[in-house]
Amino acid sequence: MNALSRRRFLKITGTTVGAAAAGGAALKASQILTQPRSGSKGIQKIPTYCDICFWKCGAIAYLKDGRLWKVEGNPEDPLSRGRLCPRGTGGVGAHYDPDRLKAPLLRMTKRGNEEWVEVTWDQAFDYIADRMQKIKKKYGPESVALFSHGIGGNFFKHTLKAFGTPNIAAPSFAQCRGPRDAGFRLTFGEDVSSPERTDIKNAECLVLIGSHLGENMHNSQVQEFAQAVENGATIIVVDPRFSIAASKAKYYLPIKPGTDLALILAWMNVIVKEGLYDQEYVQKYGFGFEQFATSITEYTPEWAYPETGIQPEIIRKTAREMARYKPATLVHPGRHVTWYGDDTQRSRAIALLNALLGSWGRKGGFYYPVGMDVPSYPYPAYPKTVKEKVDNPAKKYPFAHEAITTGIREATITEQPYPIKGWFVYATNLIQALPNEQETIKAIQNLDLMVVIDVIPSEIAGWADVVLPESVYLERYDDLNVEWFREPFVALRQPAVESPNDQKPNWWMAKKLAEKLGLGQYYPWNDIEEYFDVRLKSAGLSLSELKKKGIIKGAQQPIYFDEGIPADFSTPSGKIEFYSVQLAKAGFDPVPKYKRPAGGPPGYFRLLFGRAPVHSFGRTQSNRILSDMMDENEIWVNKKAATRLGVKSGDYVRLKNQDGVVSNKIKVKATERIRPDCVYMVHGFGHTSKMLKHAYMKGASDSQLITRYETDPLMGGTGMNVNFVTIVWEEA
Amino acid sequence: MARYGMVIDTTKCVGCMDCVVACKTENGTPEGFNRDWINYVVSGEFPTLNMEIRSERCNHCDNPPCVDSCPTGASHVHDVGKVVLVDDKLCIGCKACIAACPYDARYIHPEGYADKCTFCIHRVEQGLDPACVSVCPTRCMYFGDLDDPNSQVSKLLNSRKNHTLIPDAGTKPRVYYLT
Ligand code: SF4
Ligand code: SF4
Repeated sequence: MNALSRRRFLKITGTTVGAAAAGGAALKASQILTQPRSGSKGIQKIPTYCDICFWKCGAIAYLKDGRLWKVEGNPEDPLSRGRLCPRGTGGVGAHYDPDRLKAPLLRMTKRGNEEWVEVTWDQAFDYIADRMQKIKKKYGPESVALFSHGIGGNFFKHTLKAFGTPNIAAPSFAQCRGPRDAGFRLTFGEDVSSPERTDIKNAECLVLIGSHLGENMHNSQVQEFAQAVENGATIIVVDPRFSIAASKAKYYLPIKPGTDLALILAWMNVIVKEGLYDQEYVQKYGFGFEQFATSITEYTPEWAYPETGIQPEIIRKTAREMARYKPATLVHPGRHVTWYGDDTQRSRAIALLNALLGSWGRKGGFYYPVGMDVPSYPYPAYPKTVKEKVDNPAKKYPFAHEAITTGIREATITEQPYPIKGWFVYATNLIQALPNEQETIKAIQNLDLMVVIDVIPSEIAGWADVVLPESVYLERYDDLNVEWFREPFVALRQPAVESPNDQKPNWWMAKKLAEKLGLGQYYPWNDIEEYFDVRLKSAGLSLSELKKKGIIKGAQQPIYFDEGIPADFSTPSGKIEFYSVQLAKAGFDPVPKYKRPAGGPPGYFRLLFGRAPVHSFGRTQSNRILSDMMDENEIWVNKKAATRLGVKSGDYVRLKNQDGVVSNKIKVKATERIRPDCVYMVHGFGHTSKMLKHAYMKGASDSQLITRYETDPLMGGTGMNVNFVTIVWEEA
Repeated sequence: MARYGMVIDTTKCVGCMDCVVACKTENGTPEGFNRDWINYVVSGEFPTLNMEIRSERCNHCDNPPCVDSCPTGASHVHDVGKVVLVDDKLCIGCKACIAACPYDARYIHPEGYADKCTFCIHRVEQGLDPACVSVCPTRCMYFGDLDDPNSQVSKLLNSRKNHTLIPDAGTKPRVYYLT
């Protein structure tokens, strides 16, 4: 039954579900009863790895009389060292979340209306496969794209590659860490990667530039940050907001937003001028140092002062502190760095500062991560794609080394270089993840097929034609995590409990879909355990051991130059590129140059956003345990500015941006902890998906106000800290 | 006989609330309530600021006003570790203890009894740390016998500057904060 019409689906199932019914009645998490594992009594412990963010910490799920009780860290796991972060600890709430998706849904009326009919899995796959084949016939297989975040997307990637599309992207590149990785590649020839290769625990001086560790809870990073604090490391924090990390700092530099590059250039100016850099290291490994040194002579602390608001003597003092502890000085490259559109050059400046301090490849700086050799599954080769990827036509962004989500979106709107007619969206809420939601919605209008695969009904699910409900990580197997970290290890995610309704694991869905598409040969295994077995055996490892322990570690290996890592740099010169010929050739500044960011209209605040320790993006607001920790976000306003505006903590206001977009209502936090020229909120709130009943309209969404973005000309990242807002009163 | 207490290093705490989440799952605290919480105490003016971050809970006071005020004997000092506990079967939900506690450490459980932190005595009796202590990603919390001069908690209190909360209330709290 390939050509099922929507009407026919209605006939078959007979049940229609409106937005209100899709999630069931508003039950308390404690009232949801899931099936206990058959006949089990007492405590059971099942090792797995976490999926509340994408750090993949090793965890142990505890069952009490067959019901999920709690999740703890796996003491064997190098990432969590036996302690999960608050979100991971609250992971139980994902299983019990009454708002989670329960059955495959097919859209009944206009896209975005959230009116659905529940269908069987078979019907859902028939519908999807039929549409995919039609798109393939008319436009070619490349016209189906996949947006995916996290390891759970691996099998859908496989199915879509087998289908013949090269268009697969994750927002973690162009909306997050892309500029950082591009900047470091241009300099050292390598990424910072994830988990970051930052040797925080051994740093004697740690510099955080807008990086809010402790609020961003990437577990290993925060654990090591606390170790650095305990060891008495000199902490220097640069942030317009007095962050948690700032409260631990010896030097807090309350920088004017958007001027970080000016400060970094001035730091380098001092370090070079005073001869404080690691001269031996620079001479041995550096390329183009002389040109670099000349290029930064103009950037004195006195020059930087009016730009950044940081006193010249503080710039000098902190530069000298950094030099004093070199090479164990780590200038952290950050993670979410898509701020102003010049982010690759800023990240490159951070890379260069680290290079001056000799921290790359050294203890207390950046180590060389190690991993285990677990071969991938010997699948048949993917079909050759005829057309190039659409996201970066003619290499418009020459230093993009991953696909650009917003590039796919643009191609979907413009149909250039060719039309994109199908979207698969796995576990990423594109409405909140990409800037300018109107563009996303516009692109969706051009689609013949829009499939969302997720655990919760986020905003993007509301725009889908078909929604596929995924089992939460505690209920499913996932791909092996072959991690590159301080020590090599492989980790298994395995089910601890059954899914409460008709949710399915992603591997099962991806395999079933491939079979419907006639691509069964790409799944030569029947069950995912067979897949694990083949891969693990080829690495000389055993599945039964991995199931028992959750983690198998390899032998410790060297991670620093001093331990024997060869100082090879995969740059064109084979050295650390202080001066970049490839940038010059491509028409960019070979050494970063500062350009003052544009300001906002008078009376407006720059809108900044970040993370809270108890939430992961917009994915956890309906988790009842985590929502009990933080149920809504607040708008941080400098106390004096708030007084001037006549608002106080606890008042509800709305924010209006420079383009007249007005936010949902949000509570004011009038605080000394932020500059008076900007406001700040935690990302991921202000949900408008009606199916997310608990989180619906709680707090405001920064993404909604991010109507403007500055595209990084080097790699296509979208700088999002370029929006400005005023505060408008909420009528009582 | 032990006298359990907790020492929390505010210089390491990042206020992440993992201790709150772990308490909730360990003890099945009902939706809408928590037995511990975080207090961010900010002083100064931007940008010259100071912030003490404190994970707070029942102080298991040596001199517990909640126990004194309880008409039924439900609130009591447990013989293991002198931990202050509530016997939910004896509790009539009269809230006298809630009024007496200067730390706002108690709430009425939806099932009608006063509830609060137990120092996870069920874990401690098995040789484990309380859930909050064992989850803390910054390892800033310590638990042990304050009467044992060789315990880690005693040593920390001897070697580091510390304070308790509202000492003037005369409750003799047993949760200490290193600064
Ligand atoms: S950092 Fe936290 S949410 Fe992310 S994987 Fe680890 S425990 Fe889970
Ligand atoms: S878990 Fe530890 S670091 Fe986090 S708030 Fe609690 S005490 Fe502080």
